[in-house]
Amino acid sequence: MSHSMHDTMNDAASSPHDELLDNANQLVEISLTVNGRAVSGHCEPRKLLVDFLREDLALTGTHAGCEHGLCGACTIHIDGQAARSCTTLAVQVDGSRITTIEGLADKDNRLHPLQQAFHEHHALQCGFCTPGMLMTALDFLDSVPDPDEAQIRDAMSAVICRCTGYQGIVAAVTAVAQQMSNDRRNTR
Amino acid sequence: MKPPKFSYHAPLLLDEVVQLLVRYQGNARLLAGGQSLVPMLNFRLLSPQALIDLRKLPGLSDITLAQDTLCIGAMTRQRALEDAPLVAQHLPLLRAALGWVGHLPTRSRGTIGGSLAHADPSAELPMSLLALDGEVVAHGPTGQRRIAAVDLFQSLFSTALQPDEVLCQIRIPVMRPGAGWAVEEYSRRRGDFAIVAVAVVLEGKSVQCSKARIAVAGVGGCALRLPSVEQYLQQHGLSEPALAQAAQLAAAAVQPLSDPVASADYRRHLTGSLLQRALQQAVQRMVQH
Repeated sequence: MSHSMHDTMNDAASSPHDELLDNANQLVEISLTVNGRAVSGHCEPRKLLVDFLREDLALTGTHAGCEHGLCGACTIHIDGQAARSCTTLAVQVDGSRITTIEGLADKDNRLHPLQQAFHEHHALQCGFCTPGMLMTALDFLDSVPDPDEAQIRDAMSAVICRCTGYQGIVAAVTAVAQQMSNDRRNTR
Repeated sequence: MKPPKFSYHAPLLLDEVVQLLVRYQGNARLLAGGQSLVPMLNFRLLSPQALIDLRKLPGLSDITLAQDTLCIGAMTRQRALEDAPLVAQHLPLLRAALGWVGHLPTRSRGTIGGSLAHADPSAELPMSLLALDGEVVAHGPTGQRRIAAVDLFQSLFSTALQPDEVLCQIRIPVMRPGAGWAVEEYSRRRGDFAIVAVAVVLEGKSVQCSKARIAVAGVGGCALRLPSVEQYLQQHGLSEPALAQAAQLAAAAVQPLSDPVASADYRRHLTGSLLQRALQQAVQRMVQH
């Protein structure tokens, strides 16, 4: 199959009357907001969002793990929702609002409460999955108020950790969920 | 790995999409949410000459109720569907099935149309469309046509969609208020593709069954209905022994293949036990009304 397909592709690409069909070397322009800052750049359409963040914007906090959407290390927020940056092309998020792990701490570099909880509950060891864990947990806590342990374990199964056995991760997310629940009660 | 080179287009009109599909003569791929396509590009399982991104097409993310049919734009994100009050109210089976689709971060981007057109044999959405007796709208060079779920899924990753057609809308009849339904699935880890999944819709009174629809995923090249088991329930009713017999019939009716994830025997066993559980749950839901 691949052979005949290749032939057809070459035929199509070499046909002179249809320039439309071959723009594979063209760069696309993208503009987006990353951690509150407007950025724009040019990249190949095949560039993955994770690589655009890491290589073009030097935001290396987002980690590329499995590169097929399974491990969750590359999880970021697109328009406020957790998503895999390795299964998203940069061009797909043109015009979107992106938050990465670099956007969590405040401007005085004080850790986000979730980061603080991960620190206190020993929710990381090597730390490779941690950016994805935090971005996943943040979206989950925003979408599911007062989660129980089963819901937390379900949500955090979206990211694979090979160090901690998840105990500390679940403890950290649970602690922040309770804190958020208390805050909500106190402000009512 | 990283995707191979491709030309990129993001048209503003469905007709432009079709024109591009025609010009690329089968060598272009449609990009919806990318949750299956981009991994396949990363692994270089595919090297299309071009990607046609559907993200700029207007109106493809709408969910509307037209008489007794829920019309869902093909680019509706799975997560938006999960959160949509219209879906919760009229298609509780679909909402339950969405909970089994990947994880929240993949549902943020994955679309219903993308999943249906991709037609993974283990995916929950093709199975749900079959159980809900839905149809899709295909937009092609000569206009639009509707394809019923039973005709859409043909074999492994293959649908009745032609190379110059784009799936633009999903139409699903609303579930009747008294209908019983259930979704059951088994996978090794939460969020993995199903080893086997079943979806059931039952209508009737007490133990009488006027209508049964049973769909299974993970037991062949594509998700499928089990008409012989549906007929059995319609004839023999919904007593506990009839449900058990139906489950056994289903296990015998499917013809799964062995693969490194699970043997054919195991998939057959799962089909029976998951279906029995699903039928029991559906009957309970039916009786509650």
